[in-house]
Amino acid sequence: MDLSLAIFVQIIVAVLLIIGLMVGNAVVMVYMERKVAGFIQRRPGPYEVGPWGTLQAVCDSMKLLAKQVFLPGNVDFILYYLAPILAFLPVLLLFLPVPFGPILTPLHINEGIVLILAFAGLGVLSNLLAGWSSNNKYSLLGAGRAVAQTVAYEIPMILALLAVVLQSGSMDLAKIVGQQGQYPWQWNIALQPLAFFIYLVSLVGETNRAPFDLPEAESELTAGFHTEYSGMGFALFFLSEYANMLLVSFVCASFFLGGYKGPFLDGIWWTFIKAYLIMFFIVWIRWTFPRVRFDQLLNINWKWLLPLGLLNLWLTAVLVKFLV
Amino acid sequence: MTGCFNFINPLAVTEEPGTTAGDFYTRNFEKKAVPGRIILNLGPQHPSTHGVLRILCEMDGEYIVRCEPVLGYLHRMHEKMGEVKTPWQFIPNMGRVDYLHPLAWTWAFVGACERLAGIEIPERAEYLRVISCELNRISSHLLWWGAFVMDLGGVTPILYAFEEREKINDILQIITGSRLTMSSFRFGGVCTDADERFKSLAKEFIPYLRERLKMYKGLVTDNIILRRRLEGIGPMDADICRRYGATGPILRAAGLARDTRKDFPYSVYHKFDFPVPAGPANDCFGRYLVRLSEIEASLMIVEQALASLPEGSHIMEKAPKANWKLPAGESYMAVEGARGQVAVHVVSDGGPKPYRVKLRAPGFSNLSLFAEAAAGTLLADAIAILGSLDLVIPEVDR
Repeated sequence: MDLSLAIFVQIIVAVLLIIGLMVGNAVVMVYMERKVAGFIQRRPGPYEVGPWGTLQAVCDSMKLLAKQVFLPGNVDFILYYLAPILAFLPVLLLFLPVPFGPILTPLHINEGIVLILAFAGLGVLSNLLAGWSSNNKYSLLGAGRAVAQTVAYEIPMILALLAVVLQSGSMDLAKIVGQQGQYPWQWNIALQPLAFFIYLVSLVGETNRAPFDLPEAESELTAGFHTEYSGMGFALFFLSEYANMLLVSFVCASFFLGGYKGPFLDGIWWTFIKAYLIMFFIVWIRWTFPRVRFDQLLNINWKWLLPLGLLNLWLTAVLVKFLV
Repeated sequence: MTGCFNFINPLAVTEEPGTTAGDFYTRNFEKKAVPGRIILNLGPQHPSTHGVLRILCEMDGEYIVRCEPVLGYLHRMHEKMGEVKTPWQFIPNMGRVDYLHPLAWTWAFVGACERLAGIEIPERAEYLRVISCELNRISSHLLWWGAFVMDLGGVTPILYAFEEREKINDILQIITGSRLTMSSFRFGGVCTDADERFKSLAKEFIPYLRERLKMYKGLVTDNIILRRRLEGIGPMDADICRRYGATGPILRAAGLARDTRKDFPYSVYHKFDFPVPAGPANDCFGRYLVRLSEIEASLMIVEQALASLPEGSHIMEKAPKANWKLPAGESYMAVEGARGQVAVHVVSDGGPKPYRVKLRAPGFSNLSLFAEAAAGTLLADAIAILGSLDLVIPEVDR
């Protein structure tokens, strides 16, 4: 790739826009999560601040900004402050290869999905550092869980995505979207239903959301790896969690649901509609299901998702070899 | 970004690890620990201990090797207060011992004093006591149900449970005058008579809750994740229950259909036809099912009692006044509470205040099982076992 000045400027502009997207996403998600949780639990949710409580996210973020950042005793000072920043920074790069619209792709690279998976793997490092440096036993247990879980769930996730990559012959998300048609039966979900299912399950595990939220399981580990964080430290973890959710939703939309392509008129709106439908799905199951136990979580992964993913990959390879 | 960070000087923290860390219990507990294992303090401030229970755990990874409950963070000297207050003044205390099933405690104390004085209360008062106590039991079980599922990570059911609980509180408010620490039983009857509004609301509530219980079954009980989390976890057979004196749903889940209402009938319980659910399994899921069946059994009692509520006065003619003195002697009254056998032992020397009031809290005995049942389980399972014991810490500590 020729890293000329134009591309450099393009990346800078893209990262700035992505920061805006992340913050906007957090605002939307805070409101959506609380409102959806409210409706599921038969209560109104936030409604005091602004019309229908829409300014709730602003109040929440002001509170988090104004809070004292408390440093507990005997923490590893540098790692303790590094961890939330490490959680936040890689997410900025993750959105670069995502095709948001027909012409709106921040960065065209051939190995887009490799970039995403590589930097997504960095996220677990921040969890580990946060849990280790906090000098808290709950955090340590949470960090151990986070590592085991994230490493485990990356594998079926990669297998599911690899099947689509084999089928389309490209690792570039824009090309994968380009090969899909406008209508749902032309999307990859029709050709790869098993891969979609595996991806959907491991997506929840990868983003540490309930019912797979074991690293932060509040009824067992109080808040898991971020027990000792308050104020902006906590807010950065929060922000990166929502950004990670958005990213896996965008990848899901691009790989399986036709990305920006949709009935009537292709465009950026289809990407966002699909991504936020998946986000809604994640929120929905969070407020519906109890949490699984840790050994059950790993059993689902190693005994079900991984063999199914391998089977699916093998089938795809055979079909691609003999049919295409 | 660092502008908003208010740094606290890390050098100002003087605590040296290993020298001053932990209190008496922790240091004593650590003596038996295998080096390299984590000593974890679960509580007193922990979301799953429902109050201020503290559990010291020796952990090998995620497994609890050994654990020990530490009590007393909510000790409020109720037994001592019984010795320095007149019986009349002591009645409101009983509502505060167990805030989820206060009427069982009030009943045990009032009943023990009445037995000592040989007071026969009007039949209508007995019926009103049964109705309010059973409604109170339902509300206690509902709250347990929500909190238990919340321990397992499902946050939504507790809000559903509270909706029903609010309805029960609305009903009980009419005859008890309060919504949480109810203590409406008086020596010789109850303080308020039931009016038509109470009766119609309670009659409407019974079919409503039956419908809701079906929804609970579909939504939570049959959930595959919940079943996998509970089935086979924390088995407590009849032997361990006998050794620790466990009563209530824990004993019944172990297969013994022991219920104070049937075995030592008090009040007018012998007039009602209700099942004592026992079994089918002695694990967490069995205890879960027993409690849900008990809600249905209580609904049956309330239905029958409302249908056959006799006319008459809600309090006896010459009910004891505030300056009433207990006659000399001792008496004991056991009542089936939501958590097990609630009992009060009153000893009086004929003075204005009882000589001794002993409260038998079922939660205390039930908690004693925990250390043995939780040894060797995963942390998440230990939380499930703790939740399935249905502890109310104020009652354990008294």
